[in-house]
Amino acid sequence: MISKTNSYLKILNVSFIIFAIFILTSLKINASSQELHSVSDSLNLSNEAAIQGHHGQPSNDGPIDITKIAFEHILDSHSWHLWGEGHDAVSLPLPVILKGKTGIIFFMSSEFHHDTHGKVVVEKNGERFINFEEKIYYAEAIPNENGQFIAITKNNAEISVNNNAPLDFSITKNITQMFLSVILLVMLFTSIAKAYKTTGVSSAPKGKQSFFEPLIIFVRDDIAKGNIGHGSDKFVPYLLTVFFMILVNNVFGLIPIGANLTGNIAFTLVLSVATLIITNINGNKNYWSHIFLPHAPKAIWPILIPIEIVGILTKPFALMIRLFANITAGHIIVISLVGLIFVFKTIYIAPVSVAFALFIDVLECLVAFLQAYIFTMLTALFIGSAVAGHSEESGHVENEKISAKH
Amino acid sequence: MNLFILSSLIEPAVGLIFWTTITFILLLVLLGKFAWKPILNAIKTREKSIEDALASAESALRDMRELRTNNEKILAEARNERDAIIKEAREAKDAIVNEAKSKAQKESDRIISSAREQIVNEKNAAITELKNQVAILSLEIAEKILRSELSSNDKQKALVNDLMKDVKLN
Repeated sequence: MISKTNSYLKILNVSFIIFAIFILTSLKINASSQELHSVSDSLNLSNEAAIQGHHGQPSNDGPIDITKIAFEHILDSHSWHLWGEGHDAVSLPLPVILKGKTGIIFFMSSEFHHDTHGKVVVEKNGERFINFEEKIYYAEAIPNENGQFIAITKNNAEISVNNNAPLDFSITKNITQMFLSVILLVMLFTSIAKAYKTTGVSSAPKGKQSFFEPLIIFVRDDIAKGNIGHGSDKFVPYLLTVFFMILVNNVFGLIPIGANLTGNIAFTLVLSVATLIITNINGNKNYWSHIFLPHAPKAIWPILIPIEIVGILTKPFALMIRLFANITAGHIIVISLVGLIFVFKTIYIAPVSVAFALFIDVLECLVAFLQAYIFTMLTALFIGSAVAGHSEESGHVENEKISAKH
Repeated sequence: MNLFILSSLIEPAVGLIFWTTITFILLLVLLGKFAWKPILNAIKTREKSIEDALASAESALRDMRELRTNNEKILAEARNERDAIIKEAREAKDAIVNEAKSKAQKESDRIISSAREQIVNEKNAAITELKNQVAILSLEIAEKILRSELSSNDKQKALVNDLMKDVKLN
């Protein structure tokens, strides 16, 4: 039954990505057909922004780059943008923490005045910083012709920034949401734990307890015990934490002003590295002998052993990409569908857009649960294959199971 | 679409990795200690208590079933015993009745036979009595006749002769 779900999922993933690419390319053609020869969208947009800034009111003319807007929603940012554009934007300032040449530098993101084009320079401890596309760089001494304190080399459509960058440990939008989700999770589950203490174990669960207990038991019995088998209890806390962390942030990401934390590759990277470490720390003799002493003729060992070693990394790598790509693709589709209204500049496309966006949103609610489940289940599966019993049969079965899931 | 933005999509940011690692480890420790441990323990305890309750119910059921079979056995035994007692009693009754009957028969036989004996005796006595009476009467008659007959010598002689001719001793 799991492999069946997985194949459906694969189809879903692939169709998601194809759909997203299709929409993005079509929008792109539409949006920038007039400026095919322009140097870059980013620079163009900054010009417009500069003009708009002078006039006060943003003009409704000119093409809208939905791709850029979509990526602004998907990517991390130094302030929590709520609504509005340009100087009228309302956003929550977040702390910027930089490891500069002179040490740790701290200031609020509001000091950039909503600028993401490298035009506003913030000077601290004798170091000058700019925000260019939500990345912090050291500012150039003099601005370029667009008023940007940045040195850019253009190579066809490719832009590379020559400025040096400080190490950025800012509490960004994603990190803020992560903190919020941690506070929520800790408060929620400690209160549930307290409920068990006060009502005792003999009475039936109530309220929050009755909602989360089946999920906890599902993770414990179906995910942990089902994939790890004997000795799964040790890994249940980790699996539960991963499951609820991903689930909560997936759901937060669906809220329009929420941050796209689970669709950020840094977040999924940390989680999959955690899985990698736990899997290999708990790998038993059987697991390692499978990698370094494969049951195959010695002649093909030089081929097999490197493949097995790479296999250690590809499993968590697939975890990282799977979660990141699924969540990001879903968000891109929703934003693109809504963006259609602004690209075509007609209200008549709105019903179609809203209907499709609603459909995708509902699907995303399912995906939020599904991806949390998939990540946890595969983590359990990898751990299970590392701690599998010493019998030759079970090892093979586990491996077959893994290849079936992929 | 410029590759610059795209690159930031697939380039993990150092700051985010740093904070995520710290936060995730913190979350793991906090939840592990204050949430998962008590919750999982409580769930395990409850499951165990449910299991125990089920097992005890099962054993109670088994006990009851045993009790019932025991009861039935006892009941059957009692019934058998009752039947045996009744049968015995009936036999005893029959025996008593038969004995009484035979005794009564014997008694009646004895009474009848004794009555018969008595009757015979009485009859014999009566016959004897009658004989005696007849003898007495006969003597008296004879005396009277003798007196009348023997009033003259002739007559006496004729009578004696006559009598002697008629009367025969039985």
